[in-house]
Amino acid sequence: MVDVATQSLDDHAAIARALREKKRRSEKRAGLIKHAFLIACTFIMIYPLLWMLSSSLKPSDEIFGSLSLWPSEVMWETYPEGWEGLPVSFTRFFGNSLFVTVLSVIGNVISCSFAAYAFARLEFKGRNIAFALMMMTLMIPYHVVLIPQYLIFLKAGWVDTYLPLIVPKFLATDAFFVFLMIQFFRQLPRELDEAAMIDGCSAFKIYWAIIMPLSLPAVATAAIFSFIWVWEDFLGPLVYLNDINDYTVPLALRMFLSQDSISEYGQMFAMSILSIVPIIIFFIIFQKFIIRGIAMSGLK
Amino acid sequence: MAGVTLNKVVKDYGKLEVIHGIDLEVHSGEFLVLVGPSGCGKSTLLRMIAGLEEISDGTIAIGDRIVNDLPAARRNLSMVFQSYALYPHMSVRKNLAFGLSNLKMPKDEIERRVSEAARVLQINELMDRKPRQLSGGQKQRVAIGRAIVREPELFLFDEPLSNLDAELRVQMRVELAGLYNRLGTTMIYVTHDQVEAMTMATRIVVLSKGYIEQVGTPHELYTRPQNTFVATFIGSPKMNMIEAVVRGGTVSVPDFGDIALGGGAPDGKITVGVRPEQFEIGSSGPITTQSEVTLVEYLGSEMYVHTRLPSGRIVMVKDAGKAEHKIGDKLPLSLIPEHAHYFDADNRRLPIFDA
Repeated sequence: MVDVATQSLDDHAAIARALREKKRRSEKRAGLIKHAFLIACTFIMIYPLLWMLSSSLKPSDEIFGSLSLWPSEVMWETYPEGWEGLPVSFTRFFGNSLFVTVLSVIGNVISCSFAAYAFARLEFKGRNIAFALMMMTLMIPYHVVLIPQYLIFLKAGWVDTYLPLIVPKFLATDAFFVFLMIQFFRQLPRELDEAAMIDGCSAFKIYWAIIMPLSLPAVATAAIFSFIWVWEDFLGPLVYLNDINDYTVPLALRMFLSQDSISEYGQMFAMSILSIVPIIIFFIIFQKFIIRGIAMSGLK
Repeated sequence: MAGVTLNKVVKDYGKLEVIHGIDLEVHSGEFLVLVGPSGCGKSTLLRMIAGLEEISDGTIAIGDRIVNDLPAARRNLSMVFQSYALYPHMSVRKNLAFGLSNLKMPKDEIERRVSEAARVLQINELMDRKPRQLSGGQKQRVAIGRAIVREPELFLFDEPLSNLDAELRVQMRVELAGLYNRLGTTMIYVTHDQVEAMTMATRIVVLSKGYIEQVGTPHELYTRPQNTFVATFIGSPKMNMIEAVVRGGTVSVPDFGDIALGGGAPDGKITVGVRPEQFEIGSSGPITTQSEVTLVEYLGSEMYVHTRLPSGRIVMVKDAGKAEHKIGDKLPLSLIPEHAHYFDADNRRLPIFDA
């Protein structure tokens, strides 16, 4: 009797083990399929970048002629040639881009967080109407306001300077960032503001010493996005900058095509690759703030 | 140290009035507890004193200064919040020093006060930690520390213990009481927990729906509740309330019998209030009844017996822990008229045996 019972218990254990084994195998298979799919997607996403990288190293007849990602011969010289390939050196263009972008990022972070603090925390007449108006500007495409804006800046005599690109950033015109920060500020407990009020803080001090340090993730997000958007902006500089000495990198890249002679595609792609580098560096630096900020906001 | 005087203080949000003209004198150096159910306006009142809410009407004075339009920082008070509201990005030391450095106090004075507070509250080893690395009780200590370093004239506490577990709450209650004894500063303390109110207060203010129901020492509130609200709110477990009718100066208490009240009670409805410990077990009293035990809550040193009177009404009776009662037992109860509380049809106390 005892034997039979043990026997059948062992049988059950064996069946259970077999089932477990089967499940593990099927999970493994599912995992493989999932990963294969994700890797394929990643490749599709990253392919243009790889193509650009390989094109920047190919001899010019191979760029549109060969499907292979491997250049038959690696042409490193496209980089130094591209750097000096235009009437003005890329040192200048990168400098210009950096100047416009850094000021824009600073402007955006300061002005948008100011506006957001006012909307999220201060009480003033017409706040709701102002908020609604601001949100409406989110829905108007940039291209619609381009012409009226151009006329204003033309009257102000700002065309051909960086002012039209930078000054608006200091006036909290990027409603998206304002909204992003409002949402973040709103979830900070109001009791912190109140404690700070009792501790003798003015509204500005609360913003500066309490709200901003606790909002690093939102501030970093805004900084990263505004860096990318301004750095990549083509239309704005195209409209307002006419002197090649003032050109930003995206405008300069286009010049490789507008030459009368044959287009230097290899050099253009080489410079395109270099134009991405600052974005990557900036992202790597600022994403740390996002993570640190999230770790810190264990508020309770 | 300063007293606080509230004169016809009103708070409204648009059309909704939540505090209806409150007059209150907080004596210098007393521990005043504002207690009431949620939504009674106790926190709003405290926040108005703190300067975090605008005063819609009336005046608030701290000492002899009317502070209606004075910003919170200039009222010379400290406040401890329910959620502690410690600045998450600052170390404990910075949390304590933040308010002082805003006052442009010299560095060595800040240092002296911060280390003094750390010593008093025994948080020395926590000084370099961030709030998120602290337990609830430690956060509470730091929050209190932040309040005492300012050496204010007035401390405000907004339900500071309600986020703590039961054991810690009892411990912090004792520490707060000790702190009050040592500092002797005026304290105003908001809570919904009547046990906190009873154990710590010099005087208690019972609030309900934006009105003051009664102000008095814990003893006064317990022994002479001025209305049925205070009678049932103060004391745990609750006072038993038995509705009855007065005719010709005599009240017929259902299940028990008649009590002669003399001229103190007009004819009509009356409510007889009896605390669980005010019933006497046995049939030796002037009016008695039989009852049947329906539930026994045994607490060790004492027990609460839920018992059904002949009319079906359930009352709660307190007995010593060594007594033996079980469900279904017959329990004779006596009511001593002098021990009971009497409330008229408008729920106001009738001072019949209050001599």
